[in-house]
Amino acid sequence: MIINGVTIDDTFAEAFGMRGTRVIITAQNHKWANTAAAAMTGFATSVIACGVEAGIERELDPSETPDGRPGVSILMFAMGSAVLMKQLETRMGQCILTCPTTAAFSGIDAGYPEITRIALCKNLRFFGDGFQISKQFGGKRYWRVPVMDGEFLAEETTGMVRAVGGGNFLILAESQPQALAACEAAIEAMKKMPNVIMPFPGGVVRSGSKVGSKYKSLIASTNDAFCPTLKGITKTGLSPEIESVMEIVIDGLSADDINQAMRAGIAAACELGPTKGIKRISAGNYGGKLGPYHFKLREIMA
Amino acid sequence: MRALTLTLKTQTQQRVDCSPLTPDNLAGQSLAEIAAIELQCGNQKLCADTLFDISGDDANDLVIRNSSAKLDYIGHGMKSGSITVHGDAGSYLGFQMKKGQITLHGNADAYTASGMAGGTLHVHGSVGDFLASAIPGDRKGMKGGLVIVTGNAGDRVGDQMRRGIVLIEGNAGTYCASRMLAGTIGVMGTVGDYVGFGMRRGTLLLFSTPALHSTIQDCGNHTLPFINLMFKSFRNMPSKFAGINKNRVQRYAGDLANDGKAEILIFT
Repeated sequence: MIINGVTIDDTFAEAFGMRGTRVIITAQNHKWANTAAAAMTGFATSVIACGVEAGIERELDPSETPDGRPGVSILMFAMGSAVLMKQLETRMGQCILTCPTTAAFSGIDAGYPEITRIALCKNLRFFGDGFQISKQFGGKRYWRVPVMDGEFLAEETTGMVRAVGGGNFLILAESQPQALAACEAAIEAMKKMPNVIMPFPGGVVRSGSKVGSKYKSLIASTNDAFCPTLKGITKTGLSPEIESVMEIVIDGLSADDINQAMRAGIAAACELGPTKGIKRISAGNYGGKLGPYHFKLREIMA
Repeated sequence: MRALTLTLKTQTQQRVDCSPLTPDNLAGQSLAEIAAIELQCGNQKLCADTLFDISGDDANDLVIRNSSAKLDYIGHGMKSGSITVHGDAGSYLGFQMKKGQITLHGNADAYTASGMAGGTLHVHGSVGDFLASAIPGDRKGMKGGLVIVTGNAGDRVGDQMRRGIVLIEGNAGTYCASRMLAGTIGVMGTVGDYVGFGMRRGTLLLFSTPALHSTIQDCGNHTLPFINLMFKSFRNMPSKFAGINKNRVQRYAGDLANDGKAEILIFT
């Protein structure tokens, strides 16, 4: 398959079942909502060492938020519910509670077959030292915690659903700047898609990994088959003209959300074409035995 | 299906306990069975058809016409459907109501919405004392749901109220929100003396500053984020409270003689 002169490999991205949640953060303005959201989703690129993968889904207009203020929606994914709950609580406490003027609300209330309610402010409320106040409106419980800038308002719980993490594709280009430009174009297109995040810095990861290592203590190591500087000394997956490879990883609330995002991202990258150095699109997998979700590139782009 | 309509045809000397007449209780019963339901009236039991003309068949949509202030316990413990009352209602309207809707086009007497746990009670008129309060011996008053009163309320509104929302578009009497445990009460008009007496937790919304006793203390002027949320949840309610768009309040906290975690918010 060739799109605009760019070869689409006959391969697939292998993804895993995860637990996902959405939190809506509002603040006095978008600047502070974004500041809080950036803190909350900081150091959350990969579950390997961060516990969760998190990112900003999009900005919300005042008309879309529960309290009518500018806001941001955050998606957060983890391999298990216990880790997700723990990370949500610590990040809420250290990043949202602390950030001036913010409030936090549930981002998932309906529309999924199985929604588990997990604590948002349920335990954080005890920061109020007895001065916290519970209020119930429209069937939802909110907590008002007195803080130095006024009152911190947050919903008691948010919804957790079964989600999918690890959807990905690789962009193979003739130079590093060209690979990055294609990634930027892809990310720009994918940011418009709902229910997904690209958790790595700027949405792009340059250190794709393979399973295992020559060192016994490491479970993952550099993906030498796609390292351009090792073309001559390993069983390489690269043709001579490829000088740089970058990967985009996608976590989504459902497999279909990831499908849509991958389609938009690959299409945007291919639009640059061979004249801009973009030669091939591939994907990362582990032979198909580890992850239950297979995103076949050629089916997605068909 | 037509609304099941009970039209009161005699004015009784004694009060009538209407607690069997709820939509969930009457569902599936024939008119003859409904006619034979015994209602306690003073020291005697009267069949429903000696008091009411009964027509219609949709028990889920119960209508009481020509109602009088002698009819107590309308909607007692109701779990579904709606009751529409034309005329006055007696005491204990919506007593321990769980779900559903009661609409009263008239005035109600004491203990309206006492022990109410859910649903909506809309009074197009005024109510007597002890609205949403606990009856003597009970430790908790209203426990959930929504009450809207377009007229005035008597004394002791929300006495020992535990949860839920009470919105009064007129005035409230003395001891408003006394011994309140939690929940929200809004009064658009004036309140009488001793407002918030022994109030433990919960929120009282007022639009003018009343005389406050010394164990309720001023906490200053604030713009509170939860108020936006609260008024947004009121938006679709059939009440004057739906149109309010304010979030600047003077916050009084108290009653310090009883834990002092309650608040009286006065919109400025």
